[in-house]
Parts: sequence; C-alpha cells; structure tokens
Amino acid sequence: MPRVVVHVMPKPEILDPQGKAVAAALPRLGFEGIASVRQGKRFELEVEGEVTEQVLASLREAAETLLSNPVIEDVVSIEVEDGAAGEAQA
Amino acid sequence: MRIGVVTFPGTLDDRDALRAVRIAGGEPVALWHGEDDLQGVEAVVLPGGFSYGDYLRAGAISGFAPVMEKVVDAAKGGMPVLGICNGFQILCETHLLPGAMIKNAHRAFLCRDQPLAVENTRTAWTSGYEAGQVIRIPLKNQDGQYVADERTLAELEGEGRVVFRYTAGATHGPAGFEANPNGSRHDIAGITNAAGNVVGLMPHPEHAVEAGFGPDQPGEGTRSGTDGLAMFTSVLRSLVG
Repeated sequence: MPRVVVHVMPKPEILDPQGKAVAAALPRLGFEGIASVRQGKRFELEVEGEVTEQVLASLREAAETLLSNPVIEDVVSIEVEDGAAGEAQA
Repeated sequence: MRIGVVTFPGTLDDRDALRAVRIAGGEPVALWHGEDDLQGVEAVVLPGGFSYGDYLRAGAISGFAPVMEKVVDAAKGGMPVLGICNGFQILCETHLLPGAMIKNAHRAFLCRDQPLAVENTRTAWTSGYEAGQVIRIPLKNQDGQYVADERTLAELEGEGRVVFRYTAGATHGPAGFEANPNGSRHDIAGITNAAGNVVGLMPHPEHAVEAGFGPDQPGEGTRSGTDGLAMFTSVLRSLVG
C-alpha cells in the first residue's frame, strides 16, 4: 500500500515554544553546539489504491485544511513513498 | 431564552457554562458535538476544556464536529456565539475568528485570577460592561498565546475588534508575564468578528458568576468575584432587544 508522508512545521515567524524547550534541554544532557530547535509534525497516510495526481491533490487539500492550520503552520512537503519498495529494503 | 452549551469529548467547563446561563436568567440547553441539531437555541456557548484531547492542535478536530457545521452557519447568520478558552480555539480553527492560539510563551500551564480591560461594549456578549472597565475572572490554560499576522492585528485594532485586553494586577505568574499571561500579541485576551455576534476569549467568565464561588475580588473578600456574569446577561438582553 503506498504511503504519503506530510511534514508540517510552525511558520518561521511564529515562536515555537516546544522547540525552545527541547533546545534548552539538550545542553543539560551534554549535547552542545545546537543553536536552535524547531519542532514540527510528520503524518503518514496509507492510501488505498494508486496515488494519482487527483488523489495527491485531495491529500494536499487535506493537509492544508485539517493537518495544518495555515495561520501558524506551513505544509513543507508531501512525498509519496512506495510501500512495496520500502518492504523490499527492510 | 434558550442558550445552548456544546459538550465535546474532553470538554470540562460545560456544566459551569450551563449554570452561568441559568444564573443569568436564561434557559440552558445542553448540545452534543455528534448531533447536527441546535434544538432551537438562540445563542451558543462553546465552553473550555481539552476537546478531542487537543490532538493535532487545540480545537482543530472539534471544528469539524457535526454540531459545528450548524454553529458556523448560525454564526454567519448573526446568532450570538461565545467561545471560552478551548471554545475560542475552536472559533479560530473554524475561521469564525481570525488568528490562532499557540503554547504559552513561558511554556507552562498557568491558572490565576486575571484582570482584563473591556475595550468593546458593542458586541452581543459585552453590552453590559462599561467601556474601559477592568474585570477580574479566572484564567487557566497551556495554549493561550494569541497570534495573528500584522495585517490581521492592524485590522482588529483599526476596527475596534479587540474586546478584552490583558492588564496588570493578576494574583501571580512567571517573571515577565505579570500583565500578559502568555505572550499574546498586543496583549489580546478576546476578540470579536466584524458583526459583533461572535466573541472568543481565553479567560473564563463562567467561573465568575456567583458570589462565594468566583475569584477573589480585592477589597470585597474571598471568592466574591462575579465579573463574568454580565457576559451572559448581555446576550440575554441583546436577544430581547
């Protein structure tokens, strides 16, 4: 079954309190030299049947209406992964 | 005067909102998120809590609940709608109100009695206040930081649509957040739509409607605060008028 991966990130101009919290914790664990962290979301959508241009367009719409809020977030990528190829590699 | 209060899975403050409607003199009507029926109510309150576990984003999944289709249509037709806390987040997610809420800038949950300046008394929910009046009601949230782009903020300010603004005098809080509890742009605590029938705010008027059960009002005694009640009496009066 093909998989479509959607990445959503907070807009660059929006403060990311979660990323800041992670950035503050890293040096406490000895991980130095990381200037900043921004935290986003990854969605994995398993698609029934073939991922046609039409299916992709509808997923793009889903990404922009439900998976992200355009006021504070950007959909940074929508990628099609071939499930069969993924299994072959594993 | 029937006023509906919607319960979503994870809503916490529906009972207090129903009680506030009753104390104000209205007939409270419980509405269920999964039913696309407003049961003939004349106004709707979206109460606070963590609907759908705040999964995805606060208010995001609730925005697509069956009852919300009816609420959005009714709001566009002029029905008074009030969103409190999670309800405000839902109103933003459905785009009835502009902007969005992100995590508090200090990254912690904050609960305190919060003074607010009432800046717009022309809405369906605030006509019972005096312009410039400072009220004191509870605030309790984690995702309370109001954000919007500069154009939207300029529009809200230019059209007088900032209804409540955070102001100094809260009980306590992290350093740097004495007046503004969460880093909200322009100290915005609540806004309205262009028509003035839809209002959203982060603090909780429904917890400040009955003496003995409200916030501490300085100079008046423990739990004496009832500054939230006028929101509910305002809407009842706006429906009569």
